[in-house]
Amino acid sequence: MPHDPPLLSVEGLKVHFPVHAGVIRRRQVGAVKAVDGVSFTVRPGETLGLVGESGCGKSTTGLAVLRMQAASAGRIVFDGTDITHSSRAALRPFRRRMQMIYQDPFGALDPRMTVADIIAEPMIVHNIGTSRAERRDRAQDLLAMVGLRPDMATRYVHEFSGGQRQRIGIARALSMQPDLLICDEPVSALDVSIQAQIVNLFESLQDRFGLAYLFIAHDLAVVRHMSDRIAVMYLGKIVEIAGRDALYARPLHPYSQALLASIAIPDPELEASRPQISVTGEVPGALNPPSGCRFHPRCPRAAAVCAREEPVLRDLGEQAVACHLV
Amino acid sequence: MAASSPGWLRRLFRDKKLGAIGLVIVLVFLFCGVFADWLAPFGMNQISPVNRLKPPSAQFWFGTDHLGRDMFSRVLYGARLSVIIGLSAASIATFISVTLGIVSGYFGGKVDMLVQRVVDAWMSFPELIILIAVVSVIGPGMPQIIGVLGLTFGIGGSRIIRGAVISVRENMYIHATQSMGAGTLRVLLRHILPNIMPPVLVLFSTRVGGVILVESGLSFLGLGVPPPAPTWGGMLSGAGRTYMYMAPWLALAPGLCLTAVVYGINVFGDALRDLLDPRMRGSR
Repeated sequence: MPHDPPLLSVEGLKVHFPVHAGVIRRRQVGAVKAVDGVSFTVRPGETLGLVGESGCGKSTTGLAVLRMQAASAGRIVFDGTDITHSSRAALRPFRRRMQMIYQDPFGALDPRMTVADIIAEPMIVHNIGTSRAERRDRAQDLLAMVGLRPDMATRYVHEFSGGQRQRIGIARALSMQPDLLICDEPVSALDVSIQAQIVNLFESLQDRFGLAYLFIAHDLAVVRHMSDRIAVMYLGKIVEIAGRDALYARPLHPYSQALLASIAIPDPELEASRPQISVTGEVPGALNPPSGCRFHPRCPRAAAVCAREEPVLRDLGEQAVACHLV
Repeated sequence: MAASSPGWLRRLFRDKKLGAIGLVIVLVFLFCGVFADWLAPFGMNQISPVNRLKPPSAQFWFGTDHLGRDMFSRVLYGARLSVIIGLSAASIATFISVTLGIVSGYFGGKVDMLVQRVVDAWMSFPELIILIAVVSVIGPGMPQIIGVLGLTFGIGGSRIIRGAVISVRENMYIHATQSMGAGTLRVLLRHILPNIMPPVLVLFSTRVGGVILVESGLSFLGLGVPPPAPTWGGMLSGAGRTYMYMAPWLALAPGLCLTAVVYGINVFGDALRDLLDPRMRGSR
């Protein structure tokens, strides 16, 4: 499988938000570099976890891949086609193949539509299924597929719980038979018990349809459970990208180490004895990121070179890491 | 949408009794206006000098005015003019408000900037000035009144709709619809419009009353529907005011009708708003 051609390939993606000042003559005084040179691939049927603190640019990356946020630089290649600058019309067939699952299950579904209409809407947009009855039948099949009762199709969104709504959102995405789901923190708004159910649903759907996931999250336990490979982001850059087992067994980047060390262990005695790696200070702003390695002001192992030179992502076989000290 | 099925009408009469009463009131006045020719016992301008300023009686239900015209007949004919002016100008106003508000609020940026500055410029003119200008060019009459009032109220109300659109636009379901590749028209008509219906309905129902009242003021200035055509506003501000102490029925008859119609539209609008909101299902 590692030698399959990638389904999604992102190369040097940058998303910068210009900052303007001045009342009469507006001029650009800087840019928030939300995503600053990110590259990764997602193979068919694979799950790539994208982790990092809030504000590190992981959601913006997801939006840029969907072309819901314009890329400032770089390329987004989906199934061999460069879609970075595709027109709206040229993008349509790709919109069908990439779908997004949202964090907030309460905001992602139109409260004025029945569940059947919500699930059928993508089919109408993409002319899947000819008649109303056909689309309704398919909506009911999809409801059953995500673990809801088909007779719930006539209800409105407010009658459902958070977990049920997330299932409806998944059914809507599946109605287009996509190849890639971009899941932006899909379980972080749910109760822990519900999270497990939704994660299991994601896994069974992947087995059944060969879906690929770009799984954006900050919950490291969920990401570990879901992902084949994991990319760690810090301040708009990927600092380490590795297979799941390799990363969790031997994180190389100091930031990855600190991130993984922050996972609490359910056993209080082990928890008390586990090594602590503390990262001090706050995440610097993306408007004026630190020179050299962006992590160096907070890095416990920072050397002189770290402030001077920006480390590149180096491939070390199983893992790729952007750090001078590895 | 649920509104297209007759289900909401059934639910109106089952769950929203007050709203149903409002609808009936409006329909009764519309009926009176449309069939005034058959319903009115006297002609609208039929004068009777011997029966001047008679109080309500079996012959003249709402009394007579200073020219001996039957007030009941005039109120019936007035329903035609006032309710038609009210409903049609408010409809035009709401349509303009919704169109401008959606375009301005949804597209934002330069479009929003442009539309809002035009709205600012328009609202800085007193509507009276605009109406005087129009009337002096094409003369007084009902179509002019409806057009100008519809335009003026419509442009003013677009601010409210714009605000509602901006708050609805930020919802992730709009994002979801865009990201599935749906066209802008679909986003606007299937998602934005249904979700801004509460302020739209409130805007419409308050505008009906507003238009009728402004029309009465215009009639008073001689800029409205010219006398002797019987509009409620004209009756209130003309003979109604002059003979307020000698013959209070002159003001009461059109005034109470006006109150009833505005009240009916308002409670019906509120009920409709609740009925169209799926979250309000089963509530009373």
